[in-house]
Amino acid sequence: MSQLIDYTCYLGDNALILGHRNSEWCGHGPVLEQDIAITNISLDLIGQARNFYQYTASLKGGDTTEDTLAYHRDAAGFRNVLLAEQPRGDWAYTIMRQFLFSSWQHLLYTSLQHSSDTQLAAIAAKALKEVTYHQRWSAEWVVRLGDGTQLSHEKINTALQSMWPLTAELFVPAAFELAAPAIDPKTLQQPWHAQVAEVFREAELTLPAAVDGNSDGKNGAHTAYLETLLQEMQYLPRTFPNATW
Amino acid sequence: MNTFPRRFFYGDIPGDNTGGDSTPTSTAAATDWPLWEIFIRSKQGLDHKHVGSLHAADARMAIENARDVYTRRLEGVSIWVVESRYIHASSPDEADSLYEPAADKIYRHPTFYQLPDEVNHM
Repeated sequence: MSQLIDYTCYLGDNALILGHRNSEWCGHGPVLEQDIAITNISLDLIGQARNFYQYTASLKGGDTTEDTLAYHRDAAGFRNVLLAEQPRGDWAYTIMRQFLFSSWQHLLYTSLQHSSDTQLAAIAAKALKEVTYHQRWSAEWVVRLGDGTQLSHEKINTALQSMWPLTAELFVPAAFELAAPAIDPKTLQQPWHAQVAEVFREAELTLPAAVDGNSDGKNGAHTAYLETLLQEMQYLPRTFPNATW
Repeated sequence: MNTFPRRFFYGDIPGDNTGGDSTPTSTAAATDWPLWEIFIRSKQGLDHKHVGSLHAADARMAIENARDVYTRRLEGVSIWVVESRYIHASSPDEADSLYEPAADKIYRHPTFYQLPDEVNHM
């Protein structure tokens, strides 16, 4: 049971933290239409986080709610991968991260929708439609920037090089991923690699060499970026605990 | 360099791909991208309706932008996009000759038929 709690929390944390990162673009997107697109993706991800947290809360029982999970945990309690918490950077960086992340999330939810845990299966099936769009949208942008001007190619390539080492963590199992209903992340690595390689070919980007990683983020060992993200995200509910709209 | 803002009004189709108020903006990309007119069909069986316009680099991006901008609240099941420069519009200066002659020809309206009560939606 405790493994399932950790796993559902992990799924929620990935969605919430990347959702929050993307929400930082709201009002700052490169053009109005893309500002709306990235904000929509944020809302999709935060919606997925809510579903996972509600399930976590029902498993934990007691006073736990989706809000206590999001707002009243410290950085060490979060299990999201380090990739999700990195700063949004420039547009190329945000696009590349979204593409690497969504491609992985798409495979993960595709497996998870057949899970023996009916609640997880239902959440994954619902979220899969959203993630399919995120992946399509971000893949097109990767190609657009990679196969665009010299400057756009440089920027998307820089983003790829700096983020690639962080992708290893996606496939290194943490303790809570070792038994069903968790999906063994190692089974996702091969198809993920094939998918991103194909898009990179079209984008004229060179696939970096494989790297080893650990599961730091999944075990609560985060970069300082998560700390500052949480300070902003949790500020209001922590300062005014019973605040309502 | 002097740049004069030109304002377009709803329904106007600018000829040079820069819709709306063409005052220079900080984002050059927004004005580099052509303008697209967006048509959405709200239900199967209904027709596509013009809902507005947006900027996009190509047709596929225009469809995705339209999806994000105009169908967030379940407004549609189908999207058409047309680059604005391919739309030819009638000129307001010709309104008199184009439309006014129809004003006094009431016989063109099918209002002289007696309809049975059973026919409701005519």
